[in-house]
Amino acid sequence: MSALLEVEALEMRFGGVRAVAGVSFSVEQGEVFTLIGPNGAGKTTVFNLISRLYTPTAGAIRFEGRDLLGVPAHRVARLGVARTFQNIELFEHASVLHNLLIGRHVHRRTALWQEMLFTPAVRRAERAFRERVERVIDLLELQHHRDSLVAGLPYGVRKVVELGRALAVGPKLLLLDEPSSGLNVEETGDMAFWIQDIRDDLGITVLMVEHDMSLVSRVSDRVLAMNQGEVLAQGTPAQVQSHQAVIEAYLGAPAAARGGGP
Amino acid sequence: MRFVFKTSYDQDIGLFRHEGQRFWYALLAVALLVAPWALSEYYLAQLVLICIYGIVGLGLMLLSGYTGLISMGHAAFLGVGAYTEAVLSARGWPFSLSMACAVLLSSATGIVVGLPALRVRGIYLAIATLAFGFIVEEVLTRWEAVTGGNSGLSVGRIELLGWTVSGTTQFYYLCLALAVACTLLVRNLLRAPTGRAFVAIRDSEISAQSMGIHLAWYKTLSFAISAGLTGLAGGLYAHKLRFLSPEQFTVLQSVELLMMVFVGGIGSVHGAFFGAAFVIALPQFISVIAAKLPAAMGSAAGLQATVFGLVLVAFILFEPLGLYGWWFKARTYLDLFPFYRRGMFRRQKAFQKSDRLR
Repeated sequence: MSALLEVEALEMRFGGVRAVAGVSFSVEQGEVFTLIGPNGAGKTTVFNLISRLYTPTAGAIRFEGRDLLGVPAHRVARLGVARTFQNIELFEHASVLHNLLIGRHVHRRTALWQEMLFTPAVRRAERAFRERVERVIDLLELQHHRDSLVAGLPYGVRKVVELGRALAVGPKLLLLDEPSSGLNVEETGDMAFWIQDIRDDLGITVLMVEHDMSLVSRVSDRVLAMNQGEVLAQGTPAQVQSHQAVIEAYLGAPAAARGGGP
Repeated sequence: MRFVFKTSYDQDIGLFRHEGQRFWYALLAVALLVAPWALSEYYLAQLVLICIYGIVGLGLMLLSGYTGLISMGHAAFLGVGAYTEAVLSARGWPFSLSMACAVLLSSATGIVVGLPALRVRGIYLAIATLAFGFIVEEVLTRWEAVTGGNSGLSVGRIELLGWTVSGTTQFYYLCLALAVACTLLVRNLLRAPTGRAFVAIRDSEISAQSMGIHLAWYKTLSFAISAGLTGLAGGLYAHKLRFLSPEQFTVLQSVELLMMVFVGGIGSVHGAFFGAAFVIALPQFISVIAAKLPAAMGSAAGLQATVFGLVLVAFILFEPLGLYGWWFKARTYLDLFPFYRRGMFRRQKAFQKSDRLR
């Protein structure tokens, strides 16, 4: 059986900068796969390549065996890939409910003229959308914020709303870009539980970028460490954390190893 | 104090939130229906103009307020609609057919103008549509064989299914019916996936795309519908004025239309009609005031433009939600009475917010 997502020799250049240089990995169905690495390692670029915001200069991305590079950005969600953003990209001047309903957009089956007249088919579809969205609201405990405008919500809640919007798509693969950034300890703990629930109860595969190592080792099945666009190590959280190259990338090599000295 | 207990999703899907709203809208409908008996000919004509401008407002609101694309060339769509209707009805086409052509031609123009919108946003789009406005104005002036150029074009009566619309009252009912139909159409779109896609594009293109929204398609669609509605209003405008000339569709008119939606309240359907009423009422108000001012000020040439500008600046500074903002606050006050707090709508910075101080 082939993996859900396969990334092969992926390369992305911005002018002379090689943001991603020959990264390969594969994400299996039903696991939480985490990308770690210091700032500027190219993790978010990998995300943007998978969600087709950028087109790679070389390499291949396959989702369920299908070439993702032949698919335009707005089609990726329809295949079953939903994502969140590092700096939260919500629809600010809409309510939480509205934001989550936009997540259901890929399931729109009604024609424009039907929507203009709001035919019974549209009403049925709206009810079905709402029912799915309510399930997400229940899971993430957003009932309290359902009708509030996103612009008025605190950061921690927005982060959860963004997760909810991605879940409302009903994805097979969820891309989480730093789900815990800006959250306090308590909120990070909730996030960890949700990620586990998403994998175990909803059966959604998760690919995430994360810096908080406690969260990473708590929820990840496998971890891939990157630095300067290249893969350093791959394996279980414990293996990667104790990997020599990873420690060097974060803390720097000991002076002796660099062959230096005053 | 009003409590709305939600027991079904249909309450959120429906047009009215609660019975009270249904009652007030019914009352408004009755008031509008009996208006011809209650109002003088002059005020009825103003009401007709409000309906027409309201339809333009709806179109512009959909584009600027909901999709976030600023158009400085909407008077051009109004012109395309008006001239199409005028030319075709002069050739004896029935009203429904000529009007359909006016709407379709405006929509098609809208799609063409919308093409730059696929690449540019904000101020650049405003400039592109502004340029388009100039082009249309110029075409209307120069293409004398069809438009009559600067000497203008007179417009005949409306022939609708063997019935000639004559007199202000009948025309008023026609405009009212079309305004209501357009409002329903826009409201329906906004509560369906298409309308949500528009809002998504307005607030964040990048995540709209990641949610599976085809940006190019929805932006073009928004332009097409907006221009179509404006074209429809243009057709009615032609019959209202009975005489068309290019200087009615200048860039200044476009700016006035944009101001209408800003003062009305950007991003609300109510705002389109509030803005229309405001734009129609303000000149009357100014002329009343001008009569009381000393002659040097009262009869100064730029008085109206100055007041319009001041009003726009004042709204942007103090009430960005426009007249709809006032309306919304008043409604909230009544709904929550006696629990309304003064700071309720104070604009907060994100960093001042906390879960604990709600």
